[in-house]
Amino acid sequence: MEYFELAIGCIFINNILLAQFLGNCPFLGTSKKMETAVGMSMAVVFVMVMAGIFTWTVDTYLLKGLGVEYLRTVSFILVIASLVQFVEMFLKKSIPGLYAGLGIFLPLITTNCAVMGACLLNISKEYSFMQALAASFFYAIGFGLALILFAGVRERINLARVPKALQDTSIGLVTAGMIALTFTAFKGMV
Amino acid sequence: MLEALLFMLGIGALCGIVLSLSSKVFYVYEDPRIAQVENNLAGANCGGCGFAGCSAAAEAIVSGKEAPSLCIINSKEGVEAVSRIMGVDAGSAEPPMSYNMCEGGNRAADKYHYMGVSSCKAMAVVFGGKRVCGVGCIGLGDCVKACKFDAVYMGPDGHPVVIDEKCVGCGACQKSCPKDIIEVKTLTEKLMKFNQKHDPLAPCAQTCPAEINIPRYINQLKNGQYKEAVQTIRMRNPLPLACGRVCPHPCENECRRGVEDEPVSINQLKRFVADYEMNSGSRLPITCAPDTGKKVAVIGGGPAGLSCAFFLRRIGHQVDIFEAMPKLGGIIRYGIPEYRLPKKVLDWEIQGILDLGIKAFTHVRFGEDFGLGSLMASGYNAVFMGIGAWKDYALGIEGEDLDGCYKGIDWLQRFSSGQEMKLGKTAAVVGGGNSAIDCVRTLIRLGLEKVYIVYRRTRNEMPANEVEIVAAEEEGIEFVFLAAPTRVIGDDDGKAIGLEYLKMELGEPDASGRRRPVPVEGSETVLDVDMVISAISQAPDPSFKDKDPHTRMDDLELTRWNTIDSDPATLQSSIPYIFTGGDAATGPALVVDAIGGGRRAARSIDLFLKGEAVVPPKDSLQNKRIHESIFTSVEGIRQIKRAKMPELHVDQRLDSMVEVDLVLPEAEAHREADRCLNCCRICYDPDTDFPIAK
Repeated sequence: MEYFELAIGCIFINNILLAQFLGNCPFLGTSKKMETAVGMSMAVVFVMVMAGIFTWTVDTYLLKGLGVEYLRTVSFILVIASLVQFVEMFLKKSIPGLYAGLGIFLPLITTNCAVMGACLLNISKEYSFMQALAASFFYAIGFGLALILFAGVRERINLARVPKALQDTSIGLVTAGMIALTFTAFKGMV
Repeated sequence: MLEALLFMLGIGALCGIVLSLSSKVFYVYEDPRIAQVENNLAGANCGGCGFAGCSAAAEAIVSGKEAPSLCIINSKEGVEAVSRIMGVDAGSAEPPMSYNMCEGGNRAADKYHYMGVSSCKAMAVVFGGKRVCGVGCIGLGDCVKACKFDAVYMGPDGHPVVIDEKCVGCGACQKSCPKDIIEVKTLTEKLMKFNQKHDPLAPCAQTCPAEINIPRYINQLKNGQYKEAVQTIRMRNPLPLACGRVCPHPCENECRRGVEDEPVSINQLKRFVADYEMNSGSRLPITCAPDTGKKVAVIGGGPAGLSCAFFLRRIGHQVDIFEAMPKLGGIIRYGIPEYRLPKKVLDWEIQGILDLGIKAFTHVRFGEDFGLGSLMASGYNAVFMGIGAWKDYALGIEGEDLDGCYKGIDWLQRFSSGQEMKLGKTAAVVGGGNSAIDCVRTLIRLGLEKVYIVYRRTRNEMPANEVEIVAAEEEGIEFVFLAAPTRVIGDDDGKAIGLEYLKMELGEPDASGRRRPVPVEGSETVLDVDMVISAISQAPDPSFKDKDPHTRMDDLELTRWNTIDSDPATLQSSIPYIFTGGDAATGPALVVDAIGGGRRAARSIDLFLKGEAVVPPKDSLQNKRIHESIFTSVEGIRQIKRAKMPELHVDQRLDSMVEVDLVLPEAEAHREADRCLNCCRICYDPDTDFPIAK
């Protein structure tokens, strides 16, 4: 039950894109086509889970252990970047099939604020290891849900008559705002 | 402060060590050139090239799948640097360019009005678009939106216009177009394009055996762009000067204006722009694709061989022509008399083709001076056989071998070559085709007292061009219709002194739809002539097959008319690397047929050289008509007389071989071009004095 609540909370109520407004850059950049959106979502799930458990470990045993919590942000950046590089090398050698699918998206989210945000939220909410793992996964699912929903909407918008001033990113932002508004309906559910 | 510094240094060092270790452990060999190439790409990860990011593009370049110019936003220096890394010539990839096929735009009628849709894609979903025309531009500008380089804009006529200077050939517009209107093609693809069933083609362009874009060059002429008009013609026809003079213009029979009025004088307009180029004193540059390193031998320097060589050279192959006669040109040099196509004009035109870098060996006959074996030994990758149809059919009557009897093409050829020939006082030419007319018109110029043309049907059935028949009548040729020669009467010295014929009458129509002549018993009549020329069609001369010692030649199959057997859509013969075209493939036909055949064979040869399957173009129209584009009535036409061909007066032409047909004056050519309705598949510009409701 605890994890179910966590799932609802992370996916809908505190959706990382539509409630916390983190990671807007890939949200607008990779949502023009469904295909790209799906690839990006998969990559986010992968990286966010890896980064979530890794940073939790670093924070608990290194930063807290040495009493240098104030270095959290800067050290997380370093750790996440190295981790993504490592994963990229690992995939290329060991699982070339997966690398071919995710390869180009991995570098794009190396220092993405959604990933960073999820990791920092895990710490500030004082989650346990398992909770941090689950939360990272559900945040990523939430990210994917929002991105794929949005890509579907944008593909439809392409077929509609949009006033010139509002075309492309402008109408994208307006749409994103409206979707975010609907997500406020989840507030207070848990 | 110190502890923070130490901590960061420590964690940094740790990450560095782990990463460098793992880069050893997880090392995957990657061509070092990939990184080098990637450094020289634009690095925008824009995906414009069709690959997911620059590193994927670099990989494709290094693996040889793509050309160094793949990156669509790379600078010239960048492309050169990539080419250096790859060790290839930067020019080896032809730049593709986008171009628009439909010129109908707003003039095409709407079949419904539907508000609120802003993209062609969406509009195409609703009954295939709002326009009546099933293939034409919808005009909502998806291609304009798709272009990242501002190279496409919506023109004033409601169809997109491409700015060549800005186009990088990325293909985004083509992908965005729900119809097949805007296309991105390289020069080779444009040259090797054949009319397809779904193309926006005017009736004349469907009919032309060479598939010239007729409305386009007439429109260019109208706008004073004579050079562009010549280039448009040269995309399909390397011999505009010759065709402009001798083509019987089947296109004019299908001219849409011709439904209500006299057809546009298309061929005279072609001649006008072609003559403009020749008289301008300089040749227009003809662009060729980069060299491919393949070598093709073209046997026969007639219209088919010249056309095949011209197009093969333009798409980058090396071509050598082998010609049996002393000069190139084939039947249009030796079969068509000087007064129809001056040799000076022909020489100028052929020189332009040779200037592309085509070598010609003359006075070498296939099967005698060289054969298939020597061609293969010299490293030719494919062979085109355009040997024409030079062997006259015999009449098969008694006395045909008497002194004073000749055969049409043979006689014309010997005359053109300048051979001394004995002439009589009166002559009879048997046959009703253009060769027969060429013979009589040449004979009358040589000062004969009386020249007859003997044909077994009537004037209506004569296959010769109408203008030629009229000219022969004007020049005083006597026509003997419904006459079948039965024997040539000779005197004691074996000289011909008369031609006996049976009178005929027309009976039931035969397979060709012409009424079959039936002899009238006992109606033998004698024409007193001392020269008889039979010009009753020709066939290819198959003797090369026996003379060539190479045994492979036995595999070359001939039809029962002695033409080289080939697939009419690919012109590939029974020996895969031998292709054919022109009269050698079809039997006697038009010059423009041979030109179309030469290009068709060039396409097949190109496929063959690339190692691809030699298959016909998809949905090829192949000279059939698109049903919906052929009208039975045309609205909005005002009767305007067609330009009359200026010609030499009869008194001036009979004592010389000077060219009879003259070129239209400029003002007249413009007036004639204005008569053109600029047709497309189903839309056209009606005459402006009668605006019709759209």
